[in-house]
Amino acid sequence: MLAVRGICKAYGAKRVLDGVELDLAQGESLVVIGGSGTGKSVLLRCILGLETPDAGAVLWQGQPLAGRRAAFMEGFGMLFQNAALFDSLPVWRNVAFRLLRTMPKARARAIAIEKLARVGLGPEVADLYPAELSGGMRKRAGLARAIAADPKVIFFDEPTTGLDPIRAAAINALIRGIVDETGATAITITHDMSSVRAIADRVALLDRGRVRWQGGVAEMDAAEDDYLRDFVAGRARPMARGPQA
Amino acid sequence: MNPARLTGRAVIGLTRLTGRVTIFALRGLAGIGQHPAELARQVMQIGWLSLPVVGLTALFTGAALALQIHSGGERFQAGDVVPAIVAIGMARELGPVLGGLMVAARVASAIAAELGTMRVTEQIDALVTLSTDPMGWLVSPRLWAALLCVPVLVGVGDVIGIMGGWLIGVNALGFNSAIYLSNSWAYLESWDVVSGLLKGAVFGLIVALSGCWFGMTAAGGAAGVGRATTNAVVAASVGILAANFALTGLFF
Ligand SMILES: Nc1ncnc2c1ncn2[C@@H]1O[C@H](COP(=O)(O)OP(=O)(O)OP(=O)(O)O)[C@@H](O)[C@H]1O
Ligand SMILES: [Mg+2]
Repeated sequence: MLAVRGICKAYGAKRVLDGVELDLAQGESLVVIGGSGTGKSVLLRCILGLETPDAGAVLWQGQPLAGRRAAFMEGFGMLFQNAALFDSLPVWRNVAFRLLRTMPKARARAIAIEKLARVGLGPEVADLYPAELSGGMRKRAGLARAIAADPKVIFFDEPTTGLDPIRAAAINALIRGIVDETGATAITITHDMSSVRAIADRVALLDRGRVRWQGGVAEMDAAEDDYLRDFVAGRARPMARGPQA
Repeated sequence: MNPARLTGRAVIGLTRLTGRVTIFALRGLAGIGQHPAELARQVMQIGWLSLPVVGLTALFTGAALALQIHSGGERFQAGDVVPAIVAIGMARELGPVLGGLMVAARVASAIAAELGTMRVTEQIDALVTLSTDPMGWLVSPRLWAALLCVPVLVGVGDVIGIMGGWLIGVNALGFNSAIYLSNSWAYLESWDVVSGLLKGAVFGLIVALSGCWFGMTAAGGAAGVGRATTNAVVAASVGILAANFALTGLFF
């Protein structure tokens, strides 16, 4: 339902994305992995049109997404890497932001508090401001905002960084649960291999601006690619052979 | 490089920028009515909370003006013109210009810092992913709030400025209170006041537009937000003075 065709993006002389090809089926959970600074976040921004790609296109339901962004966004949710909560609004209004446009305040608030509970935040957090939360709490509030309106397509940029292992496992289970229950299509970026195994149907490894390897999560361990194998095993590589060679 | 080409490039760049800012302003103004609660919040921020600084500025300006006109006027036996000159000077020029500059210092910086921070922390991108047009949600309420509130601030400033002149006139310069007030009104024409209020509306738009433009286009972390804030205040202040000259030429 979502296809990325030859996306290129350079900042000055630095080519971050260099012809990325990806395909997502309806209800599929794709996890994108890759070294820090390989352009995973930039890829999501290019797909959304927050950044204009130098070349390439994104297809949604078989047609170019450009020009239909408003319709796409209606059923979309995103967790940003730094959460990107609105500082000027209390947490519950952040979570209920999209809901408040279509339903009365009391109901939106009730849903917001329920979504906060799903990410492990109690009702006492609802009236705090984002600046009063810890980094991991902000991340989870951002996650609650992303899933608040039950989106059909969801992007998660590093949902578990900054969380303790127990919380991280709970968030992994939550994301997997949302994909299974609502049939949402999801792209998750993560560095955490346990997240990959918990969330992914399919895995794509980004390296030097391209998808270096992709396949089912079960095929990952048997893959031939030596960079992927070092990545999965968490082995150090000589820097020159890393993604920024 | 050859100077003609440099000049040409600068002119093209400037024209492009003017076009972009104009489109930005029109899109912002067109977004009126989408988020009334945000507009109310901005009226509070931009209008109500600017009252003290604009009021104090007007008070001291009116008082100083009275002292100046009195000592200057005495040189040709015209000390009596104090009330009329203070009223006309405040309404036509000093009320809108100094009020506008104070609002520029207070509001353009605040808007640029807030929107700039939202830009560099991806909050504006988050708005887009939540199906909310940043122009309608952020820019439009600020433009309209400033456009509507600054004339009111100027009006209040005019009254307070005249009061400042009256306080000095009565307490230090030996004017009779009732005569001072009646002279203030006698020589003041309605166009003096209306032209000042119109200037206020234009200055308000300039202030909010500078803040929104530099805030929305900020890039590069904390330093980028700092630059955006500085640029917004400078652009708003220079813009007000330039527009004041143009409007004064146009009106009178
Ligand atoms: N606005 C920008 N201007 C210039 N360069 C940028 C910009 N945004 C990203 N980059 C560059 O693009 C590259 C990819 O950035 P990106 O944020 O996508 O990395 P990432 O894969 O998400 O890394 P991480 O896993 O650490 O979050 C980086 O090397 C960065 O320097
Ligand atoms: Mg990233």
